[in-house]
Amino acid sequence: MSRRGDWVYENNGGTCVAIAGADYCVVAADTRLSVGYSILTRDHSKICDLADKCVLASSGFQGDIKALHKNLAARELLYQHQHNKRMSCPAMAQLLSNTLYYKRFFPYYAFNVLGGLDSEGKGCVFTYDAVGSYERTGYSAQGTGSTLIMPVLDNQLKSPSPLLLPARDAVTPLSESEAVDLVKDVFASATERDIYTGDKLEIVVINKAGTTREYIELRKD
Amino acid sequence: MFRNQYDTDVTTWSPQGRLFQVEYAMEAVKQGSACVGLRSSTHAVLAAANKPASELSSYQRKVFRVAEHAGVALAGLTADGRVLSRFLRNECINHSFVYEAPLPISRLALRLADKAQLRTLPKYALVCVKNFRLRELLIPVCTQRSWKRPYGVGLLVAGLDETGAHLYYNCPSGNYFEYQAFAIGSRSQAAKTFLERRFEGYNDYTPEQLIKDALSAIKETLQGEKLTSANCTVAIVGRKDDGTIEPFQMIDATRIQEIIDSMEAAEEAPPVEPSSMQEEERTSDAAPMDI
Repeated sequence: MSRRGDWVYENNGGTCVAIAGADYCVVAADTRLSVGYSILTRDHSKICDLADKCVLASSGFQGDIKALHKNLAARELLYQHQHNKRMSCPAMAQLLSNTLYYKRFFPYYAFNVLGGLDSEGKGCVFTYDAVGSYERTGYSAQGTGSTLIMPVLDNQLKSPSPLLLPARDAVTPLSESEAVDLVKDVFASATERDIYTGDKLEIVVINKAGTTREYIELRKD
Repeated sequence: MFRNQYDTDVTTWSPQGRLFQVEYAMEAVKQGSACVGLRSSTHAVLAAANKPASELSSYQRKVFRVAEHAGVALAGLTADGRVLSRFLRNECINHSFVYEAPLPISRLALRLADKAQLRTLPKYALVCVKNFRLRELLIPVCTQRSWKRPYGVGLLVAGLDETGAHLYYNCPSGNYFEYQAFAIGSRSQAAKTFLERRFEGYNDYTPEQLIKDALSAIKETLQGEKLTSANCTVAIVGRKDDGTIEPFQMIDATRIQEIIDSMEAAEEAPPVEPSSMQEEERTSDAAPMDI
């Protein structure tokens, strides 16, 4: 496929997943950076800790992702100075949406998943498109492997139908370790079929005690 | 200082070569409540005396965090100080956005000094003042525009960078100097006298000793009033022994009260040689300093 001469984006691949639980949130992303059919590096993090209870994972064009993460981190620092506290996850969610829409006519090529704990300590996941449309959900996958992962999460995470009224919370009743195991399984499967996903999996778990990180090896082919 | 015909605006020189408005701005600093700063080679401490405007009101904040590695304490027109703190915070954020590194303290002090001297005027003002394009020109406030006044606040800028801990004093004139220890505000002379006697050893002081000296210096400015954690604020920033950074933060009131109590207990003990008294203070404290 020939690209236009003025095409300024490139897709560096990768997949991001987040799952919200009753009092925890799991955010995971693979660490492979690719372009075309080549791998640029096997060890690049797509996850950014924005606030102590708020973590952003983005896949897409690496240049835009870096700029977006830096922008948000600087805004969060300003918020800290002005309000004497760190930004909450829902506040960051709105800020991210506004930041993305600000560039509606020259978008950040970034597919984002924001995860963390809300002000009540419950897990929350926000999923975005490239121009800032967002929604709070119980789980989400974005990136090149998302089409492989999302149906599995839908099947496993027992989300009540969105057609039910009154609207019910989509957070999963699974325990933290069960959710982490699910994430590992789901990435292992996506790695099998998606060429852009693999190498290593970075899993960040946010709960009341803080944030922990874990790295799992994935297939390298 | 007398009123005279050369002090009406900031753009008028006196025949003796003085800008009175700038000097009056420095007077405003002397009227504010006291602030003290001191540093060792690895840590810098800022302390401020909390003086409420009246019995019914609370005191104004005088110590501000500017970045993880730096903070300021101010004396004078605290409203001007808030504006400057916001400016400094933006400068630090912009610098670390562009260079992925913390702004060195000397540069921070320089930016502040430049702001006291120079300010970009908004575009519409430039257009209506002169015919030629002034858009890119930074115009010195003090000498060319008579409707802007100097900032009426003196700032003690303390922070940590690659070259160690630093303390700068920025005054409304735009001058700034680096100090080992300094005090500004009302009755700061008493604190300065105290610091002059002891500053030579500060480079090797532990953070705890620095805090104690900062509190003692503030006590000198209170002149008889009892020092408690309610009437002072102390903040510290530095590099710990293991190389990690101790970010700029206020020390909480209970910890300050503990330190004040231990200082008073040490004073009541029979007078001993200074070096052994310091050792006693260190071992008698509850736990190693972990702020």
